Amino acid sequence: MKKRNFWHRFKTEYIGRGISTLCGIIIVVLTLSIILFIASKGLSTFTKNNYSLMDFLFSTEWNPEGAKPKLGAGIFIVGSTLVSIGAVLISAPIGVALAVFMHYISPGLGKKIIQPSLELFVGIPSVVYGWIGISVLLPIIKAGFGGIGFSLLAGIIVLSIMILPTIASISSDAIKIVPRDYVEASYGLGATRWQTVSRVVVPAAKNGIFTGIVLGLARAFGEALAVQMVIGNSIKLAGGLLKPTSTLTSILTMDMGNTVAGSAWNNALWSMALLLLVISFVFILIIRAIGKRGEIK
Amino acid sequence: MSAKTIDKIWTAILYIISSFIVLLLVSLISYILYKGWGCLNPKFLFGNPKVGESGGGIFPMLFNSFYMLIISLIITIPFGVGAGIYLSEYAKEGFLLRAIRLSIETMASLPSIVVGLFGLLIFVQATKGGFTLLAGASAVAVLNLPSLTRVSENAVKSAAKGVKEASLGLGATQWQTIKKVILPSAFPQILTGIILAAGRIFGEAAALLYTAGMSAPILKFQNVSLLNKTSPFSIMRPAETLSVYIWKLNSEGMVPDAAQIANKASAVLVIMVLIFNVLARYLGKKIYESYTGTK
Repeated sequence: MKKRNFWHRFKTEYIGRGISTLCGIIIVVLTLSIILFIASKGLSTFTKNNYSLMDFLFSTEWNPEGAKPKLGAGIFIVGSTLVSIGAVLISAPIGVALAVFMHYISPGLGKKIIQPSLELFVGIPSVVYGWIGISVLLPIIKAGFGGIGFSLLAGIIVLSIMILPTIASISSDAIKIVPRDYVEASYGLGATRWQTVSRVVVPAAKNGIFTGIVLGLARAFGEALAVQMVIGNSIKLAGGLLKPTSTLTSILTMDMGNTVAGSAWNNALWSMALLLLVISFVFILIIRAIGKRGEIK
Repeated sequence: MSAKTIDKIWTAILYIISSFIVLLLVSLISYILYKGWGCLNPKFLFGNPKVGESGGGIFPMLFNSFYMLIISLIITIPFGVGAGIYLSEYAKEGFLLRAIRLSIETMASLPSIVVGLFGLLIFVQATKGGFTLLAGASAVAVLNLPSLTRVSENAVKSAAKGVKEASLGLGATQWQTIKKVILPSAFPQILTGIILAAGRIFGEAAALLYTAGMSAPILKFQNVSLLNKTSPFSIMRPAETLSVYIWKLNSEGMVPDAAQIANKASAVLVIMVLIFNVLARYLGKKIYESYTGTK
C-alpha cells in the first residue's frame, strides 16, 4: 500500500517537480558553460601566445599577421566605449523626457502613442537600423559635415535610437512607482508641475533611471551589426566624430570568419569576446549594486 | 521669469521631444515601406536569388527565417516554461534560486554576437557539422531563454493567485494544479511573450552569422527529410535567414540590384515585426479583458 502510494505521488508530483527544477538548473549550467567555453578560448592569447594582458588592453598596435603579432585591442575598446557613451549621452535625456511625458504631462497620449511607438522601435531588427543608417544617415552626414559618411557619429546616432526604448521604458517604470504622496505634497506646497517633476519625481526615481541608463549602455556595448555597418571599420583610433573607427563587436563580426582557428589573430578575437562577456557581467553587478542601494533607503 | 512661465516652457519642450520621437518612428517605418514598395510581389517573395544579375527573390531566406523561428521556439519553450514554473511555484530562497536569478540576468545581458560565438564553439566546431540550421536555432534559443523564463514566471505567478488554493483544497498535488489549472489560465500571457520573442528571432542576425552560416541552398521540395542535407526541411544544412541576407548584401553586394533587394527585404522584415506586434497587443488586450471581466 505504501509503495503504491509512492508511485502515485511520483506520477502526480515528483516527475513534474523534477523536470521543472531541472529546467532551472539547466539555465545555471548553460550560463556557466558559456562563461567557461568563451574564457577557455579567450585566455589562450595570454597562456599560449604569451601576450601580456596589459598590452592587450592598453596598446593600440593591432598587427595580428606579422611574424611577431601585435594584438593590442586598444582601438576597439576605445571605439566601443566612445560609441556607447555617445549614444547614452543622446538617449538618456530623451528617454527620461519621454518617461516624464508618459506619466506627468499626458498619460493618455503616453499610453496610446508613446508606449506602442517604443515597442515598435524595439521590434525593428538591428540590420534594418544598419541599412537605414547606410542609405539615409550616411548621405546626410556626408552632405552636412563632409567626410565619407562612415563615422563614429553615424554609429552614435544609430545606437542612440536603438537604446532609447530600453532607457525610456525602465525610467518610465521607475517614475510610475514614485509615491503619489510626494507629488501631492509638492503640489500642496505650491510647486508647479515642472518644479515637482524636476525636484521631486526625477530625484525620487533616480535609482531606476540609472538602472535604465546602465542597461542602455550595456546594450550599446554589445550591439554588433548595426554599428558595424555604419562605423567604417577602419583599424585606427577615431580622430574626430566624423572619422571612421572600429569597435569590439565590429571587428569580431568582420574577422572571425577569415581567421584560422588557433592562430594568434583568432585567439585575440576570442579574447575580445571574453572581454565583452566580462564587461556585460560588470554592468550586471553595477545594476545589482544600484538595486541594493535603493532597498536600503 | 516666473515659475509658471518656466513650467509652460518645459511642458512645451517635453511635447516637442515626444512628438519628435513619434515622428521619427513614423518616418522611419514609412520610409522603409516606401523604399521597399513591391516587396509583397510574389515574384520577389517566392523567387530564388540570382548571382551576378538583377531580379532575384528571397524565397530560400524567407523560408529559412520561418523554419529557424519554429525550430528555435521548439527548443526554448519547454525550458523557458519549465524554469518559469520552477521559479514561481517550487523555488525556495537559497543558493539555487540566487544562482538562477544571476544566471538569467547574465544571459539576458550577453551581447548576441557573444552568444553566436558560443554557438560556433559548441554547435559548430565541437560537433564538426559545419554551419547548420540547428546550430543557429540553438544559439537563438539561448538568446531568448531568459526573457521567456521571465515571461512564464510572471504569467504563472499572476494566473496562480485565483485558482491555486481551490485546486489544492480539492486534494490535487502541486504539479497537478500547475498542469491542469494554472498553465491553461497562464497560457495566453505566455503566448504573448512567445509572439514578441518570435519578432526578435525573426530579426536576429548577429548570433546567426557564425552558427547558421551565410549561404542558402536553393530549396527543392521533392525531398522531405529532417536530416538529409538536400531536403528543405533538413535541420543539418546551412540556413541563411532574411536578416543575415540583408547584412551580406550590404557587405558583399554580389548582385547589381543589391540595394533594391535590401530595401525590399527590410520592408518584409518590418512588416513581419509589425504583424507580430499587433498580434501580441491584441492578445494582451484580450487577456486584460478576461482578467478584469470588462467583457
